[in-house]
Amino acid sequence: MEEMLENVKEYVIDEYVEDDTEITYDTPLITGGIVDSFSMVSLKRFLENKYEISIPDDKATPEAFDSINKICALVKEYMG
Amino acid sequence: MSNIGSYDKRAKNFDWNIAEKELDYKDGDLINIGWYCSDRICEMGKADKMALIWEGHAGKAKKYTYNDIRLTSNTIGDFLRGLGIKAEDRVCLFMDKIPELYLGFLGILKIGAIAQPLFSAFGDESLFVRLDNAQTRAIITQKKHVSKIRKIIDKMPYLEFIIVVDHDPSKPLQEREIAFNLEETPNVENIEIHPTKAESPSVLHYTSGTTGQPKGVKHVHYSLISQYLTTKWVLDLREDDVYWCTADPGWVTGTSYGIIGPFSLGVTQCVLDAGFSADNWYRFIEQYRVTVWYSAPTAIRSLMKAGDDVVKKYDLSSLRHLASVGEPLNSEAVIWSEKVFGKPFYDTYWQTETGSIMISNFPGMKVKPGSMGLAFPGIDSCVVDVNTYEPIKETGKVGLIAFRPGWPAMMRTYWRNEEVYNKKFQNGWYIPGDRSSIDNEGYFWFVGRDDDVINTGGHLVSPFEVESALLEHEAVAESAVVSKPDFVNMEVVKAFVNLKPGFEPSKELDLKIMNFVRKKLSPLAMPQEIEFVDSLPKTRSGKIMRRILHAKEWGEEIGDTSTLEDD
Repeated sequence: MEEMLENVKEYVIDEYVEDDTEITYDTPLITGGIVDSFSMVSLKRFLENKYEISIPDDKATPEAFDSINKICALVKEYMG
Repeated sequence: MSNIGSYDKRAKNFDWNIAEKELDYKDGDLINIGWYCSDRICEMGKADKMALIWEGHAGKAKKYTYNDIRLTSNTIGDFLRGLGIKAEDRVCLFMDKIPELYLGFLGILKIGAIAQPLFSAFGDESLFVRLDNAQTRAIITQKKHVSKIRKIIDKMPYLEFIIVVDHDPSKPLQEREIAFNLEETPNVENIEIHPTKAESPSVLHYTSGTTGQPKGVKHVHYSLISQYLTTKWVLDLREDDVYWCTADPGWVTGTSYGIIGPFSLGVTQCVLDAGFSADNWYRFIEQYRVTVWYSAPTAIRSLMKAGDDVVKKYDLSSLRHLASVGEPLNSEAVIWSEKVFGKPFYDTYWQTETGSIMISNFPGMKVKPGSMGLAFPGIDSCVVDVNTYEPIKETGKVGLIAFRPGWPAMMRTYWRNEEVYNKKFQNGWYIPGDRSSIDNEGYFWFVGRDDDVINTGGHLVSPFEVESALLEHEAVAESAVVSKPDFVNMEVVKAFVNLKPGFEPSKELDLKIMNFVRKKLSPLAMPQEIEFVDSLPKTRSGKIMRRILHAKEWGEEIGDTSTLEDD
């Protein structure tokens, strides 16, 4: 789990953070304005590619993507 | 009783003079939106009334009375003037929905400069083309967005000042960057308001077209007349209302109805600077007892998607009137809002160029779910034939929406692009580029755009801009960009991409290209789907036929393909 958390964190920082804002596993990504609803599509695509899963659209909600911890919990659900 | 009262009576006896009188304005007087939205309200005895209740991330909140917004906008205006910013200089606002965006907008207008708000999610290329067209002299921004400006600064010798409102003193500033912290700057009690008149330029908003670069829509201070009256009659704002406009002032709704309309009426408004979540939005309405809510179909459909149970967790009984703008509001959304909120969303129709609401469902009148409503009183409107531009008399027949020019908030030109501006007028009508029919009661029914522009979540995206950005990616040989249907956003961007030799389609490349466009242009412009193809449909002269790809996505008839190239 720790490795997944770090991988997702690294991707989020590389792709969506413009300055030196500190990102933790609990930083609100969607409600915190770091990842917008359009960009969620690319984040979902990254997770699906990286972990070879398919996340149904109705599960990829702003709430489910609102922190790295929540995202990894969702990914684990679909990794079986 | 609503502010508009009887629509029929208003339509019969209409004159923009109604707004002029209420605003104590006479032809030839000075008129300055910044002054009208702050100083005038204070002079009316409402200095201590709450003007702006702002909430940001992580529970941050600030409140400003009308006297506070008068003083803080004075302070920003004075600071800009001290830098040498003069009347009609373009000053860009490139910020999230933080208080400085709203206060800076008024401050810029007070000194007669032109406010150029830009959506803060724009990437460096989108930012550059807009600043370059406007030859912007100063940009007010946040530290989180400075890196995008630094990437393009060398190409912009005209951009003299990059004003950072939340600079971290432990970090060095670079060339042309200036720190300005509003809270640490002493308030300026009095500022000389620039003597702007009706036709003095005020705001420059950028909008996308099918071809060419984005166009700078120039508005003037006289737009206040339309914006004031439409806010009063369509949004029905009253003295004791708490109003929430969810739009970002990077787009026209966020300035016309997120700043100018409510502040000129002296109403209290709330701003939530946080990403979307159904829980957070409902909590916000409950906490601040929002009475009038102006939002977008995309947001409404996102709330529908979140389900009805979440609505029940909150007390939303304060809501009195709901309205929507940005794209057609589907009948399902109207019916859903009646079910869960006990009142419908009233759809409104207008665009960046019109500056104010043109067609609307009005408070107190029958809402026909799925209809755009009736023309605002005083707006001469119809649908015209697509070829002759003659008004269509038959009810139910589809044509182009047309407005007779002359309302106060009408754009005055496209910045440095008079030629394209002139093309917007045909046979004496202004043609917004949307198709509609009109029923036997005068209600407009939206059909679709008349061009290839993609309306995603209420924001226009130019396929040309996205295709141009795609071509800059090392793997892309050619591309075609169209819309595809989407439940929440109505349309999203889809790209058909033909790769250069040596590149193979893969999931990794797909994601790389998506992110490339997102960073270069904006998240809105990022293709939500990329289809790799061996070739694109073209005419014999080599022009890519987007309409064939569009028809395929929407399950429509492809139509005449006789000009397609031979394969």
